Amino acid sequence: MNSKMSTAIGISRRKRPSAGVVISFILLLGLALLWVYPFIWMFSASFKSNQAILSDGLRLLPREPTFSAYGRAWNEAHFNVYFLNSVITTAATIVIVVLRCSTSGYVLAMYDFRGKKLIEAMLIVTFFIPTGTMLIPTVLMSKNMGLLNTRIGLILALAGGGQVASTFMYKGFFQQTPRELVEAGEIDGAGFLRCFLSIMLPLTGPITATTVILTFMGAWNNFMLPLVFTFSNAALRTLPVGMMVFSKGDMVDYSGQCAAALLSIAPIVLAYVFCQKYFVSGIAGAIKS
Amino acid sequence: MKRINTLKRHRTPYGWIYLFLAPTLILFSMYTLYPIGATVWYSLTNMRSFTSRNIAFVGLANYRALFADSQFLNSLSVTGRFLLMAVPARFVLSLLLALLLNWKRCMGKTFFRTMFFLPVLTTSAIIGVVFIMILDPTMGPVNIILNRLNIQSLASVSLLGNFNTALPTTAIVWVWKWLGNSLIYWIASLQSVPDELYEAARIDGANSWQLFKSIVVPLLIPFAVIILILTVSDAIRVFNLMLTLTNGGPFFATETVEVFIYRHAFQASSPRMAYASAAAAVFGFAFMMIVVIQRIANAAVKRGEQ
Repeated sequence: MNSKMSTAIGISRRKRPSAGVVISFILLLGLALLWVYPFIWMFSASFKSNQAILSDGLRLLPREPTFSAYGRAWNEAHFNVYFLNSVITTAATIVIVVLRCSTSGYVLAMYDFRGKKLIEAMLIVTFFIPTGTMLIPTVLMSKNMGLLNTRIGLILALAGGGQVASTFMYKGFFQQTPRELVEAGEIDGAGFLRCFLSIMLPLTGPITATTVILTFMGAWNNFMLPLVFTFSNAALRTLPVGMMVFSKGDMVDYSGQCAAALLSIAPIVLAYVFCQKYFVSGIAGAIKS
Repeated sequence: MKRINTLKRHRTPYGWIYLFLAPTLILFSMYTLYPIGATVWYSLTNMRSFTSRNIAFVGLANYRALFADSQFLNSLSVTGRFLLMAVPARFVLSLLLALLLNWKRCMGKTFFRTMFFLPVLTTSAIIGVVFIMILDPTMGPVNIILNRLNIQSLASVSLLGNFNTALPTTAIVWVWKWLGNSLIYWIASLQSVPDELYEAARIDGANSWQLFKSIVVPLLIPFAVIILILTVSDAIRVFNLMLTLTNGGPFFATETVEVFIYRHAFQASSPRMAYASAAAAVFGFAFMMIVVIQRIANAAVKRGEQ
């Protein structure tokens, strides 16, 4: 009865959208077009020849569509290597970040211990310091430890630092979880590790998803660290660094660059389409803390 | 009130606690604490490159040279002008958009939000490469459109390559790239305004503007302060986009402080690590000041609420 009524109202509204609704929709559509245009242009250019890009003006639809740019980007410009490097680096970074943030968030939430206040204060104070400030010593230290120009060195640098947001997200979550769960586990004879691994960690689904997404975005798109970590080891370049090298090469290959760019952003756009919720909660978290 | 939720036991399992903290403490010491201290130390020496030997302590000489260096002062000015152009644009435009997208009767919310979020998902390295093509004065669509619109003063100009247009152009690209992020901040803030407040006001006969002015604005002010600070701190760290779009050029017109640091440390034929470290220390200190100001502003806003 009630639902029938509201549907009826809904229909009558839908029949005659007010002027305001239509105007705002057109406004948004126009603005959105401005935002998507560079991607549409890039998409279209990736199916053109370089000559066509130069002569086509504003025409978006390719006259003679060709896939060859994707082949050139993937094989000749080594984006197959860069892509694999990005996948390995990002995956390893995510594993380390989830592990270290969930464990440290857990003990910070559940226990009072000496040094806790100090650790939390240090994490918060250094939260905002720009990476640029710390770049030179990071590179020099990595060089001295033999980590510069190595994959493991890059991964450690990406997963290093404070990772404050994720640590405190886990901490906040564990604080809100009833501690009776752990106490019950202990009565059943579960030790510290058991309680964490089989009682508490499985509950962190949404937090872990948000952490994975945030770290994915940070590591996949990071530019500064991979750039300085792969100066003398081209075989370890990630997609963003490869992109810059490709664009600064001797041969200007516009359609190849566009194809490479689309290949590079495809995974993260796909992730966004399927896990939009976690992207939004991860970013919105910055203002709620 | 802080909730007391720590486990009560006879014995705190220190072994486990420090084992669980170890990864974070080790990585944090290596990649945050040590670099902060080392930056300050390097800045007080005469170290030139990563392979320098016989490094000597020189006191504040690097800092004195820095503030006498017109290129460093230029980079401060570039960063400042970039802030003044880019921050208000991103702040206001994203608020207006969020108000539209938060409107109950707005159509296609998720679709539009996705569209505005696409550039946020894309790494600056790619944005840089694509905009160099799109802003290319001979083949790029922007100059073609300027020409069709008969804006002759700009139509044949390389917008990224011209001394006067380069910085405003990078500011526009930056706003374009990050708007979707601010949009999510604002939408999350707007959604924290309880629906009942709107309903109550509407029953009292308030119109949309009155609603906005007397209910939404006061509740949004604390969020606005945080969003403004986040936007400013983003704008100061514009390094990636600048490096790929213009590399600080033409003739240092877009050389922000971080690009200045990077150039002296990694791009120069004879690097000046100590000098770059001094610039980094000044930059980090200025940045921390902004955070302190934020804390004070936050506290003031909270006091105002009570």
